[in-house]
Amino acid sequence: MKYILMMNTMKAGHGVPQWNQKDLQAHIAFMMGLNKELRQSGELVSAEGLSFPDQAKLVRAGKDGTPITDGVFPESKEFLAGYWIVDVDSPERAYTIAAKASAAPGPGGDPLNMPIEVRPIMSGPPPEML
Amino acid sequence: MKGFELTMNKPWDSTSEHLLRELAPQVLGSIVRRFRDFSAAEDAVQEAMIAAFTQWPQEGIPENPRGWLIQVASRRITDQLRSEISRREREAEVARDADTIAPADIEPDMDMDPDDTLILLFMCCHPALTSSSAIALTLRAIGGLTTAEIARAFLVPEATMAQRISRAKQNIKSSGATFRLPSPPERTERLPAVLHVLYLIFNEGYASSSGAQLQRLDLAREAIRLTRSAKTLLPDNAEVAGLLALMLLTDARRAARTGPNEELIPLDKQDRSLWDRSEISEGVELLAAALSKGNVGLYQLQAAVAAVHDEASRAQDTDWPQILALYELLKRVSPGPMVTLNHAIAAAMVHGPAKGLELLKPLDTDARLADHYRLDAVRGHLLEMLGDHERAIHHYRIAAGRTTSLPEQNYLMTQAARLAEKKAQ
Repeated sequence: MKYILMMNTMKAGHGVPQWNQKDLQAHIAFMMGLNKELRQSGELVSAEGLSFPDQAKLVRAGKDGTPITDGVFPESKEFLAGYWIVDVDSPERAYTIAAKASAAPGPGGDPLNMPIEVRPIMSGPPPEML
Repeated sequence: MKGFELTMNKPWDSTSEHLLRELAPQVLGSIVRRFRDFSAAEDAVQEAMIAAFTQWPQEGIPENPRGWLIQVASRRITDQLRSEISRREREAEVARDADTIAPADIEPDMDMDPDDTLILLFMCCHPALTSSSAIALTLRAIGGLTTAEIARAFLVPEATMAQRISRAKQNIKSSGATFRLPSPPERTERLPAVLHVLYLIFNEGYASSSGAQLQRLDLAREAIRLTRSAKTLLPDNAEVAGLLALMLLTDARRAARTGPNEELIPLDKQDRSLWDRSEISEGVELLAAALSKGNVGLYQLQAAVAAVHDEASRAQDTDWPQILALYELLKRVSPGPMVTLNHAIAAAMVHGPAKGLELLKPLDTDARLADHYRLDAVRGHLLEMLGDHERAIHHYRIAAGRTTSLPEQNYLMTQAARLAEKKAQ
């Protein structure tokens, strides 16, 4: 079963977090370690981090189909910071991984306890049931 | 490659890949016997398989393909063990007796043991493994598939699949399993797990065989091939034959199961002229022979249901009383919520939708199924049969929201939309 684990933690208008070096490095090391662990357990399908919200554009098709872009977002809007796609044996295992990611260290080394949105990824046809 | 290079090589053709894969477990058996390290042997055979897949199509098939593979795999494992030893020597640890790793002169057919494949099958489907890792290891060690092929089939990166396989082997090792045939009582106890792994491989392939997935390896065919060899190894086991029959009788309908846009086509709407007659007759024959052994089990009964469907030339000719009787047997042999669900459908087809709906009721409180989309999908179908379109739409929509299969979701939403339009007219 494949699941996407989404970290919706970026807010519009907020740029690069200004943590001290030690905290930042601990956070980065934790995330790299988590990815390594998931690769080694044979569960990682992909993991990506996304650029900061100031790079984001909202695109709609205009009347003739040409793109109309808009880049001003209300401050409260949340952005996807990154995601993991994992292939696991049970939903519980996906939740365990999400909880681990959620507890990534933040300023002062305390767990961030970020909300991680977990959703099943749709699959192909089910086995034929008689 | 002394001894082999003087002979003319046979050209590589469409059947060669099959031949090569058939050799994989035999070669692995020999290498494990020789070097007594399942994990290293399995890696070495994988490398030999990749070498063969690279070289044979160009250079032709060696006169003794099995000997070739054994020689290449032996060399790989020897190199690996040597470097391991020199590493250990550098670390001033006790070196292993070098005699045990001397590359043996190859007497290709000397140590062939038909039980090897069976031992490997029990090993790869070891109870210490999760089903996903048992599937991956079985496909590689017995199916002779490469890690890259298995990874593509499951749409995961190759490195992830490689790790999954190596983890599986670590788990087998730490469980203390040895390379020997389980005792007859142990075999009886563990066979259902082996058959379940084969069944899962088949379902995975059957589920993903359509359109966009065409580039993927045909896992359903692979499962049929593996089950065929299991049947050769366990000729007297009626359930192995039953599983093979079930796979063939289900696979026979594959071409009719999806439409041009990959939409699901339910059994009663399928173009039956697209069903594969040869698979049906082989499945029916296998099933008849299995049933005559008098040890009826889960797979034989499911195969029997599939056979009744396959033998009806039109949907309305389906012998539903027969199917109902088979589900009644299944309820006794292997009770479970899915069986109850299918039994209710059969009962509805024989005694009317009200009877079916009544039989579904206990499932509402069954935690294993209460939130499963399939309960709502079936309820929607039976309510539609009853003419209660309002409630049928409601249940089709709940089911559509719960399934994680995209084609199934499209199908269920379309069912709801169709009834809603009918109501509006």
